[in-house]
Amino acid sequence: MNFLNEIIAQVPWLLIAFSLAKTIGLLCVVLGLVSYTVYAERRVSSLMQDRLGPNRTGFPLSLLGFGLKDWSPILGGLGQPIADAVKLLLKEDFTPSYVKKFYYWIAPGLGISAALVSLAVIPFGSTLGSVPMVIASIDAGPLFVFAISSLGVYGIVLAGWSANSKYPFLGGIRSTAQMISYELSMGLSVVPIFLIMGKLNLVDIVNYQVENGWLLVPGFFAAHPHLPERGQLLLWIPVFISFVVFLISMFAETNRLPFDLPEAETELVSGYHTEYSSMKFALFFLGEYTAMIAGSALIVTLFLGGWSFPFIPDGSHGWFWGLVNIGVFFAKVTACLIFFIFIRWTLPRFRYDQLMKLGWIWFFEIALVNIFITAGILAFLPVS
Amino acid sequence: MAYTVPRPKLTFSEKIYLPTVIAGLRITLGHLWRMLRGKTHVCMQYPEEKWDAHLPEHYRGAPTLVSDEHGRTRCVACQLCEFICPPRAIRIKPGEIPPADQFAKVEKFPQEFDIDMVRCIYCGMCEEVCPEQAIFLRKDYAFTDISRAGLVHNKQKLIELGGVRTGLVNKWNEKK
Repeated sequence: MNFLNEIIAQVPWLLIAFSLAKTIGLLCVVLGLVSYTVYAERRVSSLMQDRLGPNRTGFPLSLLGFGLKDWSPILGGLGQPIADAVKLLLKEDFTPSYVKKFYYWIAPGLGISAALVSLAVIPFGSTLGSVPMVIASIDAGPLFVFAISSLGVYGIVLAGWSANSKYPFLGGIRSTAQMISYELSMGLSVVPIFLIMGKLNLVDIVNYQVENGWLLVPGFFAAHPHLPERGQLLLWIPVFISFVVFLISMFAETNRLPFDLPEAETELVSGYHTEYSSMKFALFFLGEYTAMIAGSALIVTLFLGGWSFPFIPDGSHGWFWGLVNIGVFFAKVTACLIFFIFIRWTLPRFRYDQLMKLGWIWFFEIALVNIFITAGILAFLPVS
Repeated sequence: MAYTVPRPKLTFSEKIYLPTVIAGLRITLGHLWRMLRGKTHVCMQYPEEKWDAHLPEHYRGAPTLVSDEHGRTRCVACQLCEFICPPRAIRIKPGEIPPADQFAKVEKFPQEFDIDMVRCIYCGMCEEVCPEQAIFLRKDYAFTDISRAGLVHNKQKLIELGGVRTGLVNKWNEKK
């Protein structure tokens, strides 16, 4: 019995409790963000196309007795995600007779879980009462994200293959080829950042940017704004190149237009999830947008200073600033998501051979050369 | 015969693609900005705004039964509309007017007059064929219900929709 008591005494209960609380909190925020990203996508796209979009399903606050004034013109459409969720939950969950049942059932779960797990290493705030706002501060942050997010392709491939039908199959095949070609350039494009910082922990990467300014805007957005030094200015060139390559690879990785070949409504009905309905389809949908949020969070953490913002102190100055830092992080992520949406409704889809050419002939080489440029600059112009 | 599709000569900025992305973003964001400032003319917001005031005179809405000045339904149950109706939406059950009635010489009246609005195609043939000027297409068009049976307009509903219409040919004066 003593042995058991010792084990119990050694278990870091506090750590487990905090991690659990952070996980649940982050999950709630991210899933809420997902549903409102879908709404934002519909609304922004319609505004860009001179339409109005979903503006009806508001919260009936006037029915609940909040005064006589009708708030629906202001809140119009904000209830749409809830209506969509209820609709998707109540729809018939139809499994076609010809599918490979086991893989057909696990594919949607794989898609979303990979996207959600990759959020675990992202620092989404500084500290909140001396508790660091990251679920798992591991020393291989970006590598973990790349490893997990490339698992996300299994969801798509299994869905395409198990559906036993030609359009999903084509979507799955395309997805595999696309992921392989863009994983490479994505991984290589962030190597310059690690060369500059010498760290792989995402928390340290953000702290570096707090000291030296956002990576994409050297010097200016730092805790103490200053003009960048000569070496920093020169390093900005490879950083910008790697930012562009990383951003575009992220579009391909998350199957967003202009690289949404696995879905390609006009060619493949709706690609890998053609045979899915109801909540299983919704899981793919959620997974896609969660991957988008995870990607945006990574971009924000690596290039745009994470939770930091000039003249806003970190969480060691009190609870309030800790919450503000979390707000800043999610505001940056939201801005990034809106940019994703802008791009989606601006560019037409790439042809398959163009996509392959872009991945293998252009980005792979650019990212590779970029590493050597960075290393050269670091060797001859050491940054203090 | 083989036909070579002429490919446009791309400039350098078009070849590296990123400047054209920015050009595309300028267009879409321009539309977004115009929309946000309320400068874009968007389509009519249906339930709040309606076409009703702009409907032309010849608009063909729901067929209805009209009544004359004496409150008599002009229909004499000749069933021509029932026969002409292309989707067979009309069902009439004729009845006899009792001899004591003021309009006894009309002889017939519709005991039941149903128009199935699920079937009706708003063609207006019933109006054209009617020898009594009893059936007219009105401007009502929005009929909804949660059942098919609810969309069958019976005689009472048709008379209600049709209302009284004066100034039509009056065949059934006592002197005629």
